[in-house]
Amino acid sequence: MTWGLDGVSVAFGPTRALDEVTLDLEPGRIGVVVGGDGAGKTTLCRVLVGLESVAVGEVRRPKRTCFQPETSGVWGDLTVVENLQFVAGGYGLASSHARSRIDELLEVTELTVARDRLGRQLSGGMRQKLGVAMAVLSEPELLVLDEPTTGLDPVSRVELWSFINRSAREGRAVVVSTTYVDEVARGDSVLALDDGRVLAAGSTTDVVSAMPGRLFETALRTGIHAWHRGNSWRVWSPDGSDVSGGREVAPDLTDVVTVAALVGELR
Amino acid sequence: MTTLQARGLHKNFGEVVAVADLSLQVDPGEVVGLLGANGAGKSTTMRMLLGLLVPTRGDVLIGGEPARQVDRRVMGYVPQGLGLYRDLTVAENLRFAASAFGVPVPSLADTGLAEIADVRVSDVSLGLRRRLAFIVARCHDPSVLILDEPTSGVGPLGRARLWETIHETAHNGAAVLVSTHYMEEAEECHRVILMSSGREVASGSVSEVIGANRSVAVTGEVAEGRLAALAAAGGTVLVSGDGWRVVGLGPSTVGDIVGNGARVEEVPASFEEAFVALSR
Repeated sequence: MTWGLDGVSVAFGPTRALDEVTLDLEPGRIGVVVGGDGAGKTTLCRVLVGLESVAVGEVRRPKRTCFQPETSGVWGDLTVVENLQFVAGGYGLASSHARSRIDELLEVTELTVARDRLGRQLSGGMRQKLGVAMAVLSEPELLVLDEPTTGLDPVSRVELWSFINRSAREGRAVVVSTTYVDEVARGDSVLALDDGRVLAAGSTTDVVSAMPGRLFETALRTGIHAWHRGNSWRVWSPDGSDVSGGREVAPDLTDVVTVAALVGELR
Repeated sequence: MTTLQARGLHKNFGEVVAVADLSLQVDPGEVVGLLGANGAGKSTTMRMLLGLLVPTRGDVLIGGEPARQVDRRVMGYVPQGLGLYRDLTVAENLRFAASAFGVPVPSLADTGLAEIADVRVSDVSLGLRRRLAFIVARCHDPSVLILDEPTSGVGPLGRARLWETIHETAHNGAAVLVSTHYMEEAEECHRVILMSSGREVASGSVSEVIGANRSVAVTGEVAEGRLAALAAAGGTVLVSGDGWRVVGLGPSTVGDIVGNGARVEEVPASFEEAFVALSR
């Protein structure tokens, strides 16, 4: 049994927040939902965990689903260990089990030294790690993390991703939303969203090999299917014909998501 | 042609040191990136450069003159919150900025904003708002342009388009300083300044920052617990494709820890890995 969404649409008044979105999640795997602000990432997360009702479509969700909102969910006036104890109490975990589980999570997140520090005194990276720890505390089958890495320094981002990986390897399905395209490579599958619509979806290797047309690198802007990347231009050839003066490049995930956005724009 | 310079900038907020001993220079035609996490001191630095915040110590020079003696019209600024008036329409925002700077109101033709000229900014999508903020900041043809996280939360295509505008502005002779927390945007800049906890940790072109930094690539079978052992030994472990990259430990140490069965190889660091190594 896999979790996810089948043809889900959500509307807020006249605004279409999600448009026929399908997402498949497997135990032990990380699905990355990528898109800009307003793409529908938060709505997707909220639908998955049951905080938002759907107009059309099906949500497949296990009973034990946990969610970390964009704001991290950490209480500023509680200490690190109190935040975890409060969540454990909410799930009714037996106190001896809760104690060992909390110690284990403090250990792997390297928050043991900060266990008595107030939530609002934590750095951004520590706060996000605590937020994820609170979400995995009750050992959910599905873990949904909304933009856990936004604004973090590179070291904290790396640490948080290794914690997320570890949580997935314990056998749960994980969803991570992000605006950083480079983070797609850290997951097993990707769902690229724009304006509530799916631009690209599938395993990270499949979406790269399934990119239509060919991709070239040029020194100057060439044609309408071009965008600036680094110190050169990328030119997408939809029909696969050669681009004069261009050197063919193997697309990476950033290119693939950009091409998908270009296709979406032309549609 | 105006050069933007800062010498020994320092800013305290009470006991918190937001920026410490920061010097920088942005020449005409140059795009310089200020990279760092939230709280690294990027916005505080920019606000001091703009004269919106008085430095505790240090000087800002614009075209060689002390900043406070320089006509504000040489500067263009897009703040993180975009700095538009939400209760005014798109056209009104533009008219207001143009009259404040004493320049003719720019045309909205070919900007994609003409059809929403009479819509209040609060009802305009974020992407179009950002486009308007760029037009407003450049309407007086500034020779120094300061952009605070202009691409934050923008999709990949929108980001590529914004970078095109930034490069065009620099190409026309402006000195451009851009902050971002997207590591991959470093390659869009001629030079970058990496900030961590208010200090510069490195600066130069992307290849200069990477310099001699090396990482250790690990592929193949790695027993559970070995990754934690690498971290315990002082390494930072990054997941990379079907393997791992280790920063902060030499190849022989990594090899000893992961044991046989895994392939261990020293490789040049990526930009992100260099940043991790430099901020450790």
